[in-house]
Amino acid sequence: MIREGIALNLIESHDLTLAYEGVIAAEHVTFTLAPGDYLCVVGENGSGKSTLLKAITGEVKPAGGLLSIAPEVKKNGIGYLPQISKIQRDFPASVREVVLSGCVRGDGRGFLWTRAAQKRAADAMDMLGVADLAQKTLGDLSGGQRQRVLLARAMCASDTLLLLDEPVTGLDPEAVHGMYEAIRRINRERGCAVMMVSHDVSCALREAEHVLSLCRGHAFYGTVEGYRRHEKLDDEADDARHRHGGEHAPAAPHYVAEKGGLV
Amino acid sequence: MSISEILSSPFLLRVIGRALTVGVLVSLCSAVLGVSLVLKRYSMIGDGLSHVGFLGIALASCAGVGSLYSMEISIPVVILASVLILRLSQNNGRLNGDAACAVVSTGAVAVGTLLYNVTGGRAGDICSSLFGSASVVTISDKDMWISVLLSAVVIGWFLLSFKTIFAVTFDETFAHAAGIRTNLFGLVLSVLTGVTIVVGMKMMGAIMISAILIFPSLTAMRLTGNFRRTVILSAAISVACFITGFFAACFFSLQTGAAVVTVNLAVFCAVYGIAWIAGKSKQKRTA
Repeated sequence: MIREGIALNLIESHDLTLAYEGVIAAEHVTFTLAPGDYLCVVGENGSGKSTLLKAITGEVKPAGGLLSIAPEVKKNGIGYLPQISKIQRDFPASVREVVLSGCVRGDGRGFLWTRAAQKRAADAMDMLGVADLAQKTLGDLSGGQRQRVLLARAMCASDTLLLLDEPVTGLDPEAVHGMYEAIRRINRERGCAVMMVSHDVSCALREAEHVLSLCRGHAFYGTVEGYRRHEKLDDEADDARHRHGGEHAPAAPHYVAEKGGLV
Repeated sequence: MSISEILSSPFLLRVIGRALTVGVLVSLCSAVLGVSLVLKRYSMIGDGLSHVGFLGIALASCAGVGSLYSMEISIPVVILASVLILRLSQNNGRLNGDAACAVVSTGAVAVGTLLYNVTGGRAGDICSSLFGSASVVTISDKDMWISVLLSAVVIGWFLLSFKTIFAVTFDETFAHAAGIRTNLFGLVLSVLTGVTIVVGMKMMGAIMISAILIFPSLTAMRLTGNFRRTVILSAAISVACFITGFFAACFFSLQTGAAVVTVNLAVFCAVYGIAWIAGKSKQKRTA
């Protein structure tokens, strides 16, 4: 949403340094996330993708640089989808209980859920096609179903911002397709900003509007088209270096700021 | 003791009524708190705190206030320890949660035992604080009122913030992102656990008290895949096991704590055994 040419960003990060358990995970991270945007964060293992999400939720303090989160996000909460492995399989919780727990911020008091929360959870389950699983135990579901349930929970938690940590890792192709479609619908129909961490670069590029790459030496932030051009240039440079027999120098992360549509 | 003996003596009735009240309320609290403890992988915190409770009692006997005021000393000690253990296990520092618990609990037992030695405490005192008192006569009116107060707080907390308790137990990261103060939850959980342990320790003993935190919730988890039902079932199982164990101890002159834990163990084994056989036969049918 651009109001008279001024984008009120949900997240602004400038030259951010992130450290996890005393080790620097990422440096010079610069990006912005506007309301309704769809940003994909790519990078190899250990490039600090998950740490970046933790910094946004406030679990990890930035080690340097600037990370500002709009008051709107703090007020409305963040819908977070954790990595698959983080949820215990033997936890006794029904699908309905899990999705309802997304409404905990607005409705955390008391023993029974309010009607509004029940409606919100029912809508989310309908939208993600898990309504008929409501009474099942979460641990009995397939990987794809479980991720959709956790996405429904995240939807209940926030209309403003969803943070998705590797939402499709370990899913079969059909389930991956279903997840991406669901995320796209939440983004487009509800205008909810999405920030997704992913391994699957090609799919992420097809789905997202903006890309933040934390790859060492390939750091980038901008639109998807810009990222494609950037990667192409990088590949050519790599080829050239290869032809000249040069070493693949561990270049310092260098961010190419690209003027994107919204920013 | 026989039933007619108990019924004919007002004194025995009073003593048994008091002990039964304390036991039922403590079983209720521990079963309810235990579900969150087990699911959050905090079982060791419960165990660690019970050993700190032993230190508390030793300190009370050292200060010469005897068993009548032991709670005034052991409750603050255990609360302090629960905050300490939580801090040690939460910061991603040099000690991990497991090790932190082991350090605090074994340390507390060692210091407690030395305190008994130094102050010339009898071996019987150590024995009864470790394994529970041999007779329920030692349960006082004060114990009863404290357990009533404690269970009011625990049950009240669960009824008033059940939804938050579920959200944080299920997924702390998510709850934190959604804007819940998850640290406060951990603190309340471990402080209430600590107080429950101190209140129940006189009857159950420091070594065995953590069993009634863990067994009922594990048994209940095997029976249902729904959190609310797990909590209710855990409470019901815990109270039923306590009453069974308590009367078995009365009639056959057994140690109450050991009897209650054994009943819990039997129910746990029965449920897991039946579930295992049911799972096997299901496999056979589908094969």
